[in-house]
Amino acid sequence: MPLDTPLAIEASGLEKSFAATRAVCGVDLSVRTGTVYGFLGPNGAGKTTTIRMLATLLIPDGGTASVLGYDVVREADEVRRRVSLTGQYASVDEQLTGRENLVLIGRLLGLRRGEAKARADELLDAFDFTAAAGRQVETYSGGMRRRLDIAGSIVVTPDLMFLDEPTTGLDPRSRSQVWDIIRALVAQGTTVLLTTQYLDEADQLADRIAVIDRGTVIAEGTSAELKSSVGQGVLHVRLVDAQQRELGQQVLARTLGADVHLESEPTALTASVTDPERVSRALTELSRSDVGIAEFALGQPSLDEVFFALTGHAAEEATDDETDFDQEDAA
Amino acid sequence: MTDTLQAALSPRTRPATPGPLSASRTFGWRAMLKIKHVPQQLLDVTAVPIMFTLLFTFLFGGALAGSTSAYAQFAIPGILVQTVVFITMYTGVAINTDISKGVFDRFRSLAVWRPSLILGGLSADLARYTFAGAIVFVLGVALGFRPESAPGVVAAMALLLLFALCLTTIWIIFGLVMQTPEGVMNAAMMILFPLVFTTNIWVSESTMPGWLQAVVKVNPVTRVVIAVRELMDGTVNAGNIGWALLSCVAVAAIFAPITMLLYNRKLRS
Repeated sequence: MPLDTPLAIEASGLEKSFAATRAVCGVDLSVRTGTVYGFLGPNGAGKTTTIRMLATLLIPDGGTASVLGYDVVREADEVRRRVSLTGQYASVDEQLTGRENLVLIGRLLGLRRGEAKARADELLDAFDFTAAAGRQVETYSGGMRRRLDIAGSIVVTPDLMFLDEPTTGLDPRSRSQVWDIIRALVAQGTTVLLTTQYLDEADQLADRIAVIDRGTVIAEGTSAELKSSVGQGVLHVRLVDAQQRELGQQVLARTLGADVHLESEPTALTASVTDPERVSRALTELSRSDVGIAEFALGQPSLDEVFFALTGHAAEEATDDETDFDQEDAA
Repeated sequence: MTDTLQAALSPRTRPATPGPLSASRTFGWRAMLKIKHVPQQLLDVTAVPIMFTLLFTFLFGGALAGSTSAYAQFAIPGILVQTVVFITMYTGVAINTDISKGVFDRFRSLAVWRPSLILGGLSADLARYTFAGAIVFVLGVALGFRPESAPGVVAAMALLLLFALCLTTIWIIFGLVMQTPEGVMNAAMMILFPLVFTTNIWVSESTMPGWLQAVVKVNPVTRVVIAVRELMDGTVNAGNIGWALLSCVAVAAIFAPITMLLYNRKLRS
């Protein structure tokens, strides 16, 4: 991606509180046009609140943001004309049929009646809805609702699309369908900002990732950059004899030039690796010192480990009992 | 799926944002579709008034007016008002349902004219009120109710629809503030029951104790009932029509600004 492409989203110092809860405390963001930007964080981290401020549904308490060059507060309608939002809870009308939902959105976007119907049929076809199109949405599965919601967001192809946890609660098949749709959107030129609790989802889809925790961005970069911030990888070694572990630790520490941790399992050692070249040397040194190796593995740090390293707690752990959505509702 | 998907995504020109009228009509169409898909809505609207009408005319008609048809002549205009007044609360329930399901987020993320959601919903409500009113009217005629003036019936219905729209502003406030549709319905009932029963719908206020007469006289529903009765009987008194219109205006003047304030706040908080 060329670095001189214009910014699709530019935010600085965004803040939002609900009653006593500071949901978002000073988020800065810049997202380049045509890229996928991932917002990664646990429940209650402030992802939804941030995305709702950018999508003009919430007015920030502080800070500024522009989307596609328009201020989200002063030029909200200009933003709304160009973006679409697929919420955490599918924003479709359950009492209407799938087709009626899409015609409704088409009409509200300014399509003529005939155009709206034709567009609805085209999308229903593309999203494999043909059989279910005439059924009320309340009979749909979670995955179908989410796909219909996304279809609704592209009745008129948006310049920028906000996807708030697009795959939360979906089965693996629906999940990969949603991923395909997102990839197709991006290939066609739409900028995507997506939030997710799933580390592999951010890894799979996003060009850049912001890790958000307790209302602030605690790390930002490409997936590779985030991973390298906690080392190039991790070497796991299991010895044949637990008695030799101290010797093994000394040898590894010397050859790798890194701290070696003793795991709770009495034969296991792990060390973070800054230079993968040194690993083969270290293993050779071990056998030269007659330390028997039962097993070894060299792994890339997962985003899970990145998250843990950055926040000191696991990604699944919620920082608040309430989700973003609930907090906003209570306000 | 990928090929058709790519084709469906191919960029196309963005249409002009619809005007206020077009957006309101679209929301009206949506509300009519709901009546089509959930016909129980109409059952709620018709079954209760039919029951009330039959119950009161047959059970109390003889005691109150000497005969069922004589009582129908007195009570039907009032029952008509009661019927429509009761179902106005469904507007608040509908708004609350939209908000508690995610679809409200979809609407407010679009660049449509903001009040169109409410106005569109009201247009379908008017159809519902008219339908319920027609049911009571036809039933009343079958029971012996004889209006004296056909234009009066139309004028009475128009006045009643106007009053219903003004009352709706109260239930929209409930719909915006309460947590659940059930909450809206319960709260609305708490207001509607005293509002509808402290009136002259069932018996003339002259039979009531003095303090209650005073309450009945200031109740806006009473004012509307008097006017509807007179219009249908062809005994129009301009002063009473004026009181009824003033009641509509008073309700709207108090609650409509609050409704708009809360609605705009709900759209963006």
